[in-house]
Amino acid sequence: MTYLAKPKIHHPGLPRNALGYTRRDYEGTVSTLCAGCGHDSISAAIIQAFFELDVPPHRVAKLSGIGCSSKTPTYFLGNSHGFNSVHGRMPSVLTGAALANRDLIYLGVSGDGDSASIGIGQFAHVMRRGVNMVYIVENNGVYGLTKGQFSATADKGSKSKRGAVNSDEPIDLAVLALTLGATFVARGFSGDKAQLVPLIKAAVAHRGAAFIDVVSPCVAFNNHHGSTKSYDYVREHNEAVNFLDFISPRDEITTEYAPGDVRNVVLHDGGSIRLRKVGEHYDPADRAAALGYLEARREAGEVVTGLLYLHADTADMHDALDTVTTPLNALGDADLVPGQAALAKVNASLR
Amino acid sequence: MNPTDIAQPEYFHKVVDCQWACPAHTPVPEYIRLIAAGRYGDAYLVNWHSNVFPGILGRTCDRPCEPACRRGRVEEGGDKKGKPEPVAICRLKRVAADFKDDITPFLPRGTAQKNGKRVALVGAGPASLTVARDLAPLGYDLVVFDGDAKAGGMMRTQIPKFRLPERVIDEEMGYVLDMGIDFRPGQRIDSLRHLLGQGFDAVFVGSGAPRGRDLNVPGRAEAAANIHIGIDWLSSVSFGHVTRIGKRVIVLGGGNTAMDCCRSARRLGGDDVQVVVRSGYDEMKASPWEKEDARHEGIPIHNFLVPKAFTHDRGRLTGVTFEKVAPQRDAKGRRQLVPTGEPDVHFPCDDVLVAIGQENAFPWIERDLGLAFDEWSMPVVDTATMASTLPNVFFGGDAAFGPKNIIWAVAHGHEAAISIDLFCRGEDLRRRPPPHVNLSSQKMGIHEWSYDNAITGDRRFRVPLKDTKLALASIKVEVELGFDPKLAFAEAQRCLNCDVQTVFTDKLCIECDACVDICPMDCITFTDNGEEPDLRRRLQAPAPNLAQDLYVSGTLKTGRIMAKDEDVCLHCGLCAERCPTGAWDMHKFLLETAHADDRCRKQHARERETARVA
Repeated sequence: MTYLAKPKIHHPGLPRNALGYTRRDYEGTVSTLCAGCGHDSISAAIIQAFFELDVPPHRVAKLSGIGCSSKTPTYFLGNSHGFNSVHGRMPSVLTGAALANRDLIYLGVSGDGDSASIGIGQFAHVMRRGVNMVYIVENNGVYGLTKGQFSATADKGSKSKRGAVNSDEPIDLAVLALTLGATFVARGFSGDKAQLVPLIKAAVAHRGAAFIDVVSPCVAFNNHHGSTKSYDYVREHNEAVNFLDFISPRDEITTEYAPGDVRNVVLHDGGSIRLRKVGEHYDPADRAAALGYLEARREAGEVVTGLLYLHADTADMHDALDTVTTPLNALGDADLVPGQAALAKVNASLR
Repeated sequence: MNPTDIAQPEYFHKVVDCQWACPAHTPVPEYIRLIAAGRYGDAYLVNWHSNVFPGILGRTCDRPCEPACRRGRVEEGGDKKGKPEPVAICRLKRVAADFKDDITPFLPRGTAQKNGKRVALVGAGPASLTVARDLAPLGYDLVVFDGDAKAGGMMRTQIPKFRLPERVIDEEMGYVLDMGIDFRPGQRIDSLRHLLGQGFDAVFVGSGAPRGRDLNVPGRAEAAANIHIGIDWLSSVSFGHVTRIGKRVIVLGGGNTAMDCCRSARRLGGDDVQVVVRSGYDEMKASPWEKEDARHEGIPIHNFLVPKAFTHDRGRLTGVTFEKVAPQRDAKGRRQLVPTGEPDVHFPCDDVLVAIGQENAFPWIERDLGLAFDEWSMPVVDTATMASTLPNVFFGGDAAFGPKNIIWAVAHGHEAAISIDLFCRGEDLRRRPPPHVNLSSQKMGIHEWSYDNAITGDRRFRVPLKDTKLALASIKVEVELGFDPKLAFAEAQRCLNCDVQTVFTDKLCIECDACVDICPMDCITFTDNGEEPDLRRRLQAPAPNLAQDLYVSGTLKTGRIMAKDEDVCLHCGLCAERCPTGAWDMHKFLLETAHADDRCRKQHARERETARVA
């Protein structure tokens, strides 16, 4: 961990976004994670994404569970709302918050232990319900806080730092999210911000359950030869199925692409995702094919990254429950206590 | 780009902007840290070794280090309180001089064992005394000649006492002269031929630029009694020959001498002192702080006025007439001052001080000695060796290349001393000794660094001044009170420790991006290699300042390189702090330029080592 506060002084030419903020205004306190932790890069990517999206920090709620990953919300978006929940219970707190105030942007940050072990039940249901959120798992394959035991996402056959070989089948959270109905599923790598930042931006703009599995090497316990979540392994086996640019409604479209290589997906807020395909073989609109492909590549030892699945025109939890469009804290007394006549009407309808 | 070769001393030297900009290359951050630690004596000695006159320079230096200071480029980002300002390096130097204990036990002494060589030094100013200081420990017999009664040269005669008290000069002249130097006050050298005839092995000319330029316009001769040449007048004031001046004084000229003149006049009865300058305010040669000091004392500065005539009545000066001019670009784009056609203006006054420049004068050097002069009657002097065309005659200070300043004179002195030593030993003057360079890790343990790397957001602290009323009452009362230890500490903390370098070892790097993420200045980028102009554009933050280098690593595992823009690095060490493999480390870079007496120190070290082994 670092004891030194990051100096307030910043580059004299640091750009400002539409709100007049610099990227530095989206930072939190200095990280206390181990030096070189992939999670810090993810925090930096989140900072960059929200800066580029011109999001007012107070419109964001960041929620997390327990673990190294779940500490990270302290290190970004220092002026946003935050809730550090019980281990594995972030999804239910997030669901409740989203029900109460649908106007905020919900960012759930979790780890492989938090989401794939203790919290796997909550993970499943928050995806099923289509809660409008961005759910990021900072996936390093080990329990870093307890000195590097295999987590549920560790690949079978991968080696621990002390030489033990993992004998259990891994849980692929991206596959799980796909089968459970998440409408935006992606995988990134903490060591590749060029890919990760647009993924986060697109996930924020997407309405519905957006899940990003980010492979994030644990420098202290899972960055050795034999690990399948080390910087070297992921770099060697990273198979990006596509590259994506997120274009916000305000952006001017300047880059030209050859037709056929690019697919444009318009999101509900008017922004769009521009997918540059790497090969013809992958179609992120086809869920069944995506599942098959991910499984096949996993067996081959490859780490498939990019936007894996997107269903843009979708209903979220609020649509399904037909909830009031106003956040609960903005409802007036007349709405909250409609009175005897309204009750009588409800009762009458049930007779 | 090719990987940066950090083994070249120039590379990291350039990163230490202040030291690089200093003609004598004083290791500034090194002594600022010592000041912060309250080790004023040590801070003084670091200075003394490098620039010989810390107390004098701490009050009067032209401080080329300050405009170069990195703080002046980066501070703006911190808050929006206005223009970034450099660390008050010069005034911190004075702190070291003010609060040190007795440092004499630590000074080198002249050696009893002489080497049999005799060197004459002409003039007892900063250049000559630097030469003397460097050569004395080597056993040279050094004879310093000066026309004045006391050593110091222009430092004593031309800098007013309210900026530089006499005791400071006495002290620092003493440190040098006490090294067994034969100082001959009151002996002006009238003939180089005669001097060369006295059997000296080498002669150093550090006689300054002693002639003030005159202004020959109508009325000059008639009103001569009340028209004074600035530097001559200042030295008369310094010696107490002049104690009064008229009530209304016009100072002509826009350099530092003009500022000294007007402020001196203000203290000698000049109630209405005004400075009139040909050029615009910003183009004036005087240092910004000296202009500020003059204005602070209620002295108006008038610009774009060219003196046309002195007006007089019955042999008495009545004023000066000026023509109004304005700057204009000529066909070639050069800036010129052209008359505006407006009516001339007349400034009534009782006295005029002419401070429009200084010239060299060498009436005492015979032109048939084989010592070549150029078309401007300046001696032909080698800029690296300070040698003239006569093999045993060397120049330095203002005498070498015209008026500069004290710190340049010191730098010349060091080089000349090396040359004289090489010459006297029959060695090649061109084989200059290399600087001493030390690069050592500052890591003491996990999260422990042997320098204070926290960056303060404080703005530059002002030096407390004497109340203007009291200051103007006497020519001898020092205006600046100097920083007290508390202020000095606070100001010292503003130093970014630019000499603590970020050193990158590419084979240790795992490209985890931790340094990129933490760097507060976006200095670090991992990217594909390219040509410098292209690379400069592709960095995390573009690096348009071409005066500052890019630090480029060898090719990393992913085929990329690390490129760091040195321009705005705060040297906070966070990259090294967050690096999991130690690929980044903070190394203190200490460079000391070579001095003649290093030879002696090295020998001492060798002897000590031999004694220890035995």
